[in-house]
Amino acid sequence: MSATTATEAPQQPQSPSRAKQVLREILESSTLVVIMAVVASLIIGAILIVIADEDVRTASAYFFSRPGDTLSAMWEAIWSAYTAMFQGAIYNTRADTFAAAIKPFTQTLTMATPLIFAGLGLGIGFRAGLFNIGAQGQIIIGATLGGWVGFAWDLPGFTHLLVAVIGCALGGAIWGFIPGFLKARTGAHEVIVTIMLNYVALNLLSYLLSLEAFQREGQNNPISPTVAENAQYPLLLGSQFPLHWGFVLAIACAFGVWWLMERSTLGFEFRAVGANPRAARTAGMSVAKGTVLVMVIAGALAGLAGSAQVLGTEKNLTLDIAGSIGFDAITVALLGRSRPLGTVLAAILFGGLKASGPSLQVLAGLPVDIVFVIQATIVLFIAAPPLVRSIFRLPAPAHEKEVAA
Amino acid sequence: MSATTVDTATPDAAASGDVLRTKSWKGPIGLGAVALISLLVFGIGTPSGADTTFSVATSSDFVHLPTLTIASKLAAIVLSVIALALAGYSAYLANQYRKPGLWLPIVYGMAVMGALLSWAGAGRDNTSIQVTGLLTSSLFLAVPLIFGALAGTLCERSGIVNIAIEGQLLAGAFFAALMASMVGNAYVGLIAAPLAGALVGAVLAIFATKYWVNQIVVGVVLNMLVIGLTSFFFSTVMSDNPDLNRSLGLAALPIPLLSSIPVLGPVLFDQNLLVYTMYVVVIVFQIMLFKSRWGLRVRAVGEHPKAADTVGIKVNRTRVRNTILGGAIAGLGGAFFTVASGLAFGKEMTAGKGYIALAAMILGRWSPRGALAAALLFGFADALRVQLGIIGSDIPSQFLAMFPYLATIFAVAGLVGHSRPPAAEGIPYKK
Repeated sequence: MSATTATEAPQQPQSPSRAKQVLREILESSTLVVIMAVVASLIIGAILIVIADEDVRTASAYFFSRPGDTLSAMWEAIWSAYTAMFQGAIYNTRADTFAAAIKPFTQTLTMATPLIFAGLGLGIGFRAGLFNIGAQGQIIIGATLGGWVGFAWDLPGFTHLLVAVIGCALGGAIWGFIPGFLKARTGAHEVIVTIMLNYVALNLLSYLLSLEAFQREGQNNPISPTVAENAQYPLLLGSQFPLHWGFVLAIACAFGVWWLMERSTLGFEFRAVGANPRAARTAGMSVAKGTVLVMVIAGALAGLAGSAQVLGTEKNLTLDIAGSIGFDAITVALLGRSRPLGTVLAAILFGGLKASGPSLQVLAGLPVDIVFVIQATIVLFIAAPPLVRSIFRLPAPAHEKEVAA
Repeated sequence: MSATTVDTATPDAAASGDVLRTKSWKGPIGLGAVALISLLVFGIGTPSGADTTFSVATSSDFVHLPTLTIASKLAAIVLSVIALALAGYSAYLANQYRKPGLWLPIVYGMAVMGALLSWAGAGRDNTSIQVTGLLTSSLFLAVPLIFGALAGTLCERSGIVNIAIEGQLLAGAFFAALMASMVGNAYVGLIAAPLAGALVGAVLAIFATKYWVNQIVVGVVLNMLVIGLTSFFFSTVMSDNPDLNRSLGLAALPIPLLSSIPVLGPVLFDQNLLVYTMYVVVIVFQIMLFKSRWGLRVRAVGEHPKAADTVGIKVNRTRVRNTILGGAIAGLGGAFFTVASGLAFGKEMTAGKGYIALAAMILGRWSPRGALAAALLFGFADALRVQLGIIGSDIPSQFLAMFPYLATIFAVAGLVGHSRPPAAEGIPYKK
């Protein structure tokens, strides 16, 4: 990126000074677009907060006689909301001890864990030209299989966790294999098949939870027994913090995915199939094999996201086991531009937004749904760099980088 | 290879422009397999000597029909055999390179469903299967699916993938409830709902045609955005002021004479204005899309935008207009959830119906008529789930709920017929 700009610079009519050139590079960079997209989304969030605020509405009734009241009420609403988000997601300034103050950040990392797993899987798919909307279903099936191993089996010590985690990955892999296989064999569009499989998975789980084998004793609600103690991810920083070893596994997977995509032959084939299937076929690669493998790996990673839920935070199966992780993971992978490092950072950002929900509710009296709005607008802005550039009057780069997927 | 031999053997094939004609066995095999399962499970599986009672009468009928009680096992076997015979006939047609008319799948479906119902209702002396009620709720539950599938058809025929149907339905439901509550008249909701849907459609159109963002990305994100926005306003503004979210309902408007036809009358002609609008919209777009100049242009843009541009059709303008129009229609379908059902707005109340509508669009092969048929089928599956729950059947309701999704997977995998989307779908047009 910088190399091309540097070589093109001398061709310009008057060569700009070094400082100007650096400034221009910063203004053109896609990182700045990402930051500006986040800023723009927070502004939209602020507008919503103001609309929803009771005090602002009361004050705006007499706006023309005392406009200051409205403005201060607006400021008050926005400030309280965003400080609540900061305290809920990063650092609680009102806590007495450091441990209590930093707890929100560990909560953020815990929330980010399933997003990292699923986002990595989706990222591989996007780079291989596959639009996998099915992380939700893959998480559900993964969590179901792994969770069942967790509460129905009885294995000694560490092996129980190991088998349960493998069960999660296997469940997700199976659910990823179906659309991959159908795409490879019949050309069925993976977007449609994965969307449909999400609902099949949900109904399947709902059916299973109505069976005796999955039903918690003495319960009529669809909830499974608690996963056995030694099938749960151990806590990473002691009982004070919610963070568990699933996070470490997620980071390890990020390294694994980086190696797979950037250093291995298989990853090269995946990328080649995504960039130009015809050329890949001509070069002797099997597009069908690539498609199936990508979907299986993506499914396995989504299944691991299910393990972070069922073996980490929730510890039992319910219909809500996947929450909205499958869809949040799509935004994570898009924001992270399908790269492992970007995905981890994006997952931590969105994990933080999620973690701030309860504190937003308690301290600012706002529903957690505003987080979805901010998340969705960030991705919309990211997806359209020209839009962000025109809002903030940033110069367009010499050549536009293709947006992921 | 075989294509040439076929061509020489049947000269009319070359004349009609068919280069390669293959015998398609997937359809007959699929139909035969289902009919066989029906015979084994519903026919043989029904206990002999049990009766099933079908009730068709409603109080407003012109002619009163008696309740019908039949021997369950015999009925299930006869209906399954009819289904098998139809599968055989479609195989006979396939062998002659012919395709069965639309009547065959309809009669086939009715036979299998009849077998299923006589099996499900066997030996339940206290309850009867309410045929009229079942059909009425099938049609009613299909309404949002029909509007959604039509919206999808309009967008995709012009080359824009509309995954945001779910968001458009939800936005329509929200805005219909809000405006109807503010004015205090449910009919206002029918005007407000399309506006909200059109707005979502406009955002999709701008991102797809101006910024060339992947349309699936925009669709998925727009769904999230609409869920977030409506839930946010529901939990803040609407819960602070309950007057902004009241349950107002559209009254049923029975059409004189027509509504007193037995069975069909109450099902088709004793509904509210939204359902009648749906009839009109389906017929209008079926004709417009395939018989009018406008429809030809839309399809040209969706199949081969460059060719369309060459003859002077504005590709992106057509796409933007169609996407906004589609959004408006999906939004109108969203009114079903609030004003047409007489309910107040609730968080995420569309509950994935937008995705079923997408499925209906695919199963209906991107045509309004097909979308109507597929949506009615899905509506029937939904109504059946409720009905079987009432009579206490052994079929887990989750499997009936899965039916639309599985049917769609089979359809896109080419196991049932062949579904081919418009050629230029999802590809931004850059001059």
